[in-house]
Amino acid sequence: MAASTSGGGIDALSQFTLHRVLGPFGAAVNFTQANLFMVIAGLLTVALLYYGMRPRAMVPGRFQAAAEMAYEAVMSMCVDTIGEEGRRFFPFVFTLFFFILFGNLLGVWPYDFTFTSHIAVTVALAVFVVILVTVVALRIHGLHFFSYFMPKDVPVALAPILVPIEVMSYLSRIISLSVRLFANMMAGHVMLEVFAAFTIMLGGLGLAGYLPAAVALLVNVALIGFEILVATLQAYVFAILTCIYLHDAVHLH
Amino acid sequence: MDLASAKQIGAGLSVIALFGVGMGIGQIFSALVTSVARNPSARDSVFGIAILGFALTEAVALYALVIAFIILFV
Repeated sequence: MAASTSGGGIDALSQFTLHRVLGPFGAAVNFTQANLFMVIAGLLTVALLYYGMRPRAMVPGRFQAAAEMAYEAVMSMCVDTIGEEGRRFFPFVFTLFFFILFGNLLGVWPYDFTFTSHIAVTVALAVFVVILVTVVALRIHGLHFFSYFMPKDVPVALAPILVPIEVMSYLSRIISLSVRLFANMMAGHVMLEVFAAFTIMLGGLGLAGYLPAAVALLVNVALIGFEILVATLQAYVFAILTCIYLHDAVHLH
Repeated sequence: MDLASAKQIGAGLSVIALFGVGMGIGQIFSALVTSVARNPSARDSVFGIAILGFALTEAVALYALVIAFIILFV
């Protein structure tokens, strides 16, 4: 995407360009900000459980209670949606949920980079989920899996129309999962950049511009709060949709 | 009409889709409020589904935004 002045002078998209970090190591292996924050999000996920459960107290302290609540929340999400077989998928859903959650939330912090605002990252995650769901379904049901595309009690005459539509809707899960997360994150950060540009442009007008610039700054403050909400919500939606697709794979309807 | 103006017009037209999305989100939360008003104890179970429905509908709005960006910048 060109970082040109199509936006009327506000350069909203150049914040997403990647450049190498960490000096000579980064230049050697093309280690960008996206990679750096993916590593940080991964380490935070591990640290949440490792340091959270270190005390092993019967009556948990604050951090242990937080780790246990996180475990409870994702476990109930899996078991309520998938059923008892959902326990097998708990590690995957937990990791996925917290990786995306920390990725989204880290981006709200100033100067940090949101790696989920790149379509490459979210498509990779979505392809991973869809391939996992397909392989699980094939493992459990064998070739009977293909009866998923022909719902019961439908007249056979409709099959030539219905089956391609069902197949396309199954494959479009990749696009919908990835674009939902990518567009939410990208749109949020573009909004923040646009209102920040407004604040600076209005403030440059001299004394008459200070009040509108303060209003733009307050809107930016509200948008940061909204971004935190959207970050959490989108991570939850990705995880719950993964659980719903796994339910379809395990129970075939 | 030159290409740049056509791009701007195309991007503007593509966000007409937000009309439908706004109506949809309004309907989800109106159903939520009605169902909680009829049966306040159902609040916790219905709220999760309402938030999921809201996020899925919002995603359609963002598909329109992505098309607007593709028209403008690609």
